[in-house]
Amino acid sequence: MDELNTDVIQGTLDMLILKTLSLEPMHGFGIARRIEQISRGVFKVNPGSLLTALQRLERGGWLDAEWRRTENSRRAKVYKLTRAGKKQLSNQTADWSRRTSAIARLLKAEG
Amino acid sequence: MSLWRQLARGLHALANRRAADQDIADEVESYLEQATAALEASGLSPDEARRRARLELSSATAVREQVRSYGWENVIASALSDLRYAARRLGGNSGFTTISVLTLALGIGASTAIFSVIEGVLLKPLSYPQSGQIVALRHTAPGIHIDDLNLAASLYFTYSDENRVFQDVGMWQADTASVTGVAQPEEVPALLVTNRFLPVLGVQPVLGRQFTASDDDPKSERAVILSNGYWKSHFGGDRSVLGRRILLDGNAHSVVGVMPPSFQFMDRQVSLLLPLRINRVDIRLISFCCQGIARLKPGVTLTEANADVTRMLALAPAKFAVNPGFSSNVWATARIAPRLRLLKDVLVGDIGKTLWMLMGTVGIVLLIACANVANLLLVRADGRRQELAVRAALGAGWGRIARELLLESLLLGAAGGGLGLALAYGALRVLRASGVEHLPRVHEISIDPAVLAFTLGISLVASFLLGLIPVFKYARPQLSNALGSGGRSISQSKERHRARSILVVVQVALAVVLLVGSGLMIRTFQALRHIDPGFSHAPELETLHISIPESQVSEPERAIRMEEEILRKIESIAGVSAVAITSNLPMEGGSGDPVYAEDQTAQVGTVPPIRTLKFVSPGYFSTTGARLIAGRDLTWAETYNQTPLALVSENMARELWHDPRAAIGKRIRPTLKDDWREVIGVVADLRDEGVDQKAPAIVYWPLLQKNFESSPTYVFRNVAFVIRTPRAGSLALLQDLQKAVASVNSNLPLADVKTLESVYDRSLARTSFTLVLLAIAGGMALLLGLIGIYGVISYSVSQRTREIGIRLALGAPLQNVTGMFVRHGMVLSGVGVAFGLTGALALTRLMKSVLFDVSPSDPLTYVEVSAALVLAATLASYLPARKATKVDPVEALRAE
Repeated sequence: MDELNTDVIQGTLDMLILKTLSLEPMHGFGIARRIEQISRGVFKVNPGSLLTALQRLERGGWLDAEWRRTENSRRAKVYKLTRAGKKQLSNQTADWSRRTSAIARLLKAEG
Repeated sequence: MSLWRQLARGLHALANRRAADQDIADEVESYLEQATAALEASGLSPDEARRRARLELSSATAVREQVRSYGWENVIASALSDLRYAARRLGGNSGFTTISVLTLALGIGASTAIFSVIEGVLLKPLSYPQSGQIVALRHTAPGIHIDDLNLAASLYFTYSDENRVFQDVGMWQADTASVTGVAQPEEVPALLVTNRFLPVLGVQPVLGRQFTASDDDPKSERAVILSNGYWKSHFGGDRSVLGRRILLDGNAHSVVGVMPPSFQFMDRQVSLLLPLRINRVDIRLISFCCQGIARLKPGVTLTEANADVTRMLALAPAKFAVNPGFSSNVWATARIAPRLRLLKDVLVGDIGKTLWMLMGTVGIVLLIACANVANLLLVRADGRRQELAVRAALGAGWGRIARELLLESLLLGAAGGGLGLALAYGALRVLRASGVEHLPRVHEISIDPAVLAFTLGISLVASFLLGLIPVFKYARPQLSNALGSGGRSISQSKERHRARSILVVVQVALAVVLLVGSGLMIRTFQALRHIDPGFSHAPELETLHISIPESQVSEPERAIRMEEEILRKIESIAGVSAVAITSNLPMEGGSGDPVYAEDQTAQVGTVPPIRTLKFVSPGYFSTTGARLIAGRDLTWAETYNQTPLALVSENMARELWHDPRAAIGKRIRPTLKDDWREVIGVVADLRDEGVDQKAPAIVYWPLLQKNFESSPTYVFRNVAFVIRTPRAGSLALLQDLQKAVASVNSNLPLADVKTLESVYDRSLARTSFTLVLLAIAGGMALLLGLIGIYGVISYSVSQRTREIGIRLALGAPLQNVTGMFVRHGMVLSGVGVAFGLTGALALTRLMKSVLFDVSPSDPLTYVEVSAALVLAATLASYLPARKATKVDPVEALRAE
């Protein structure tokens, strides 16, 4: 396939959502756009996966959600990081950097 | 926290399904709006923005579904909706559903009922604390050919003093006590126990105290503990009963305690507990009198306990003197060894084999029931073949279809299980009401959690087995050809029939196994009924027990004279043709002791074989209908003169003197110190230990004797009367008997009034119980098997209507068409019978212990069962096959 793969790396969507929400509370579409923007279009989030992930994270107690009016006065479900969510994020981030640096070392050694 | 949140949210979503769905829909919608707005802001027209946003989201419905499917509650929700669908489909075909549920309920109900019997009788521990520590102190004595020996008082004291393995040792003896001084003299069941008996069981009186060591002392005041039932019925549950004195066998006993209502012991009816009151100084070495029980110390095994008892058995001769009249080395020659068993095993006995056999039987019935329902399910699935194929073609995964089929059978299984449980409950009530006396622990049988778990388990397993067959046949991906071969195939492919034919063959085979089993039991029962038990016309023999206590009539001869006087009074009752007295009724045993014969020079130091001893009045043999093979009966004059006489059973005469006539004039005695007694008669054998057991060698002695068993005067005060009359068993006779006894002595209660027939029946009870249950199971199996054959043939006829039409149109005679189907049924049943006979040959060997005089491979039974089954199967296929002849060729060809 010629198209570049824009799928979010398997298993990282939760972390990306948590990270995005750690900046400020946001609704689903906002999160998707923010991830796309910050990753400079490398990752495009599938809406179905995103909403399912939000449901899962909320159920897990890492997010709180409430319906609110947004700046463009539309109703939207806005998600906010909970205390547990913050902790989960720092755990996941630490875990992630540990793994990526390991992978990076491996790839370097290979080269 | 997280788990809790998962659970709470899930439940919330489940309870507010609509709101939760709405929330998801709203969020998807809002997402779409935001995306549209964002695209609009980047300069697209509203329509274009909306189109692009939708494109990005792909399908809103799909996203909704994707989000919705998250969470455990959704698995349940979709299962619930499938379940509703399955229930609706089952409800739509009420005939099929009713038959399936009923069939399963029969199978599951029968299995549940038998399992609850097994659970209550075999598996459940006895209702005492740490009941696994309670052992029965049984022994064996190979030196004198006794397999199972009880406990001697000498050993009781030895074990109590010397053991290292028991927490407590107790001894008991069943007895009756006549209660007088209240309204009506009454003979009640009692248990004589030593003071540590209750601590062995771990049971305490609910009121008052238990026995102490001083209660066992014959010099102390007599004490009694009442059973809860007796306390309630005779003292109205009055708590001030403690300290009251009641007259038992003419002696005042002080009430010291009342047992809790839950107290029970060895399935015995017990109204009173009395101290055994043994005077230790009087005890001689050979004093086997009672039953022993003990509680093992924690962690002690039966093997260790047996080893300790072996050690203690060697200590006893040093502690207790040998009885006068016994050779000094009797202990050594008897070679007494321990044979400790768990109290539960002693109580339950050997019923286990029978019960497990019945469990296997009902298991087979359950299998047949499952096969039947599976057959029906296959027919249904076959009818839905095209629907399933269409759905599979439209993309329904085979897992989804399999789940649907399984859910359907699961529902059937659940309904069958529920109804089966109700059936089992009813069956158990009948079982208890019918008072199967010989079944140990019958009152402990109930539907407890273990039984419920069992029912649930077999219902689930049955459901899965049922469901899997159509699943493997129809939910497989290779369905597509079902679409092609739709309804217009000329005749059925063999393949579609195979599964159902196999099921029918299995059903017939299993039915054959059960029918052969029932047949063998019928033959056993017949064989047993033909055995001469050693008495005749038992329904016309009334029996009752009377005990003349020493406190009333102290002089032995006067006690016997009183017994004769009662006998004479009974003789004069209208309709009574003969009366006699015995120590032990036929089939109720007697004492067991070695008997020496004068001309049999036994080796020095050995003890002759143990014989059953019974004590009888003159006329006993003619009254019970026992044949005198040689010699003559006793006379009353000889009884009062205490002439040393005896009669022996035929088998004993043959064993000792090879010919009954040769026994006359020979002399025998039970101990070396006694007078020799002359054999004056030989009596036909008596199946004293049960019709199916070998007749024991029996010696009959007079009721009153001198110098017998080392005592100067030997008298029987607790005797049974045997009365021959056509009025036996009637209430009027009982009243006449009471009057007759009261006219001699108004203080003598009549105990245990029954006909000899009931004793005889009890000895056949296990066989008849097994027979009835096997026959019911066999009948059910036969019926289900025939229904199976009928169903297959009838379905085959209905499916092949077109083929029949063509055959008839081409001129095939009607009989040929019918014959074709009947032949099919006969082939199925023939194959089934062949497999069944093989199975029966293998399985009925397990029945060997319950069979009598019939080989497990009895050819007659096998031939009869096969013939009957093939005949019935032919009929079952002929009935639906006849329908084929009603087919109108024109109609059949035009149809569809």
